[in-house]
Amino acid sequence: MAKTKTDKNWMPRWFYQLASPRWCYEITGKLLPAFSVLALVLLLGGTVWALLFAPADYQQGNSFRIIYIHVPSAILAQSCYMMMALAGAIGLIWKMKVADMVAKACAPLGASLALLALATGAIWGKPTWGSWWVWDARLTSMLILLFLYLGVMALHSAIENDTTAAQSTAVLALVGLVNIPIIKYSVEWWNTLHQPATFKLTEKPAMPPEMWLPLLVMVVGFYCFFAVSLMLRLRHEILRRERRSSWVQALVESR
Amino acid sequence: MKFESMADFIGMGGHGLYVWLAYGIALVILLLNVVQPLRQTRQLLNQQARRVRREKGLS
Repeated sequence: MAKTKTDKNWMPRWFYQLASPRWCYEITGKLLPAFSVLALVLLLGGTVWALLFAPADYQQGNSFRIIYIHVPSAILAQSCYMMMALAGAIGLIWKMKVADMVAKACAPLGASLALLALATGAIWGKPTWGSWWVWDARLTSMLILLFLYLGVMALHSAIENDTTAAQSTAVLALVGLVNIPIIKYSVEWWNTLHQPATFKLTEKPAMPPEMWLPLLVMVVGFYCFFAVSLMLRLRHEILRRERRSSWVQALVESR
Repeated sequence: MKFESMADFIGMGGHGLYVWLAYGIALVILLLNVVQPLRQTRQLLNQQARRVRREKGLS
């Protein structure tokens, strides 16, 4: 008996609190205003900086300014996928309902970010490479990422039972995780038109600071925006799944 | 400021269409990602409120 007790206590208390939909609904309600303000300020400031004050590229001219949308959305599309797979795995292992809901909330958000990265990439490719689309390793693996998101969304809408849907999509998301390193190293493994990563952990960026500083602001802004949108979607999913519980009933009646 | 005039800013040195199209799509996608969950939540709460009223009316 004592053994099972210690086994259960190796996780910190907040981990178990996260498992409570109601607690999650309340904490996201408190976090939302701060993240919304932060996202708005960073994205607005970053956009003004990117469009008006960042220098134009000496080869690509002003079309280079698309980087300030393209790179953050591509980074976020991949981060979102890793979060979806991680949340799915937690849901599979610990049968945690909130983790399933996070994984479900990630899918449409990540799909829209992957679409944004692909669209801005195509628009940037036209003046730079002379073509909207090439079957390049980076572009193709990014397209597969979009299809993986769409697959998860389709599975969710096809399976009526929430628990079964969460399990199936978690497995799909985990299998698709193999695509993430492929996207990352595609520019190194294959001959490609796509330029290598702007930010690396180990080296200084190849661009001057007046170009990458606004990009950094945009990336952080996109992360904050991601947090806002994910929390909004999660709150909807919590309310939908817990609609029969007394606390949601009380919330409905107090409106 | 990297631009001389408003027309210069809109034109983006000949790349205006590409730059503004990219930023426009980004604005639409980001806005949809906020508006859609908010609308879904409002619809859900309204639907639940109707259900509560209906059940109260029956009992």
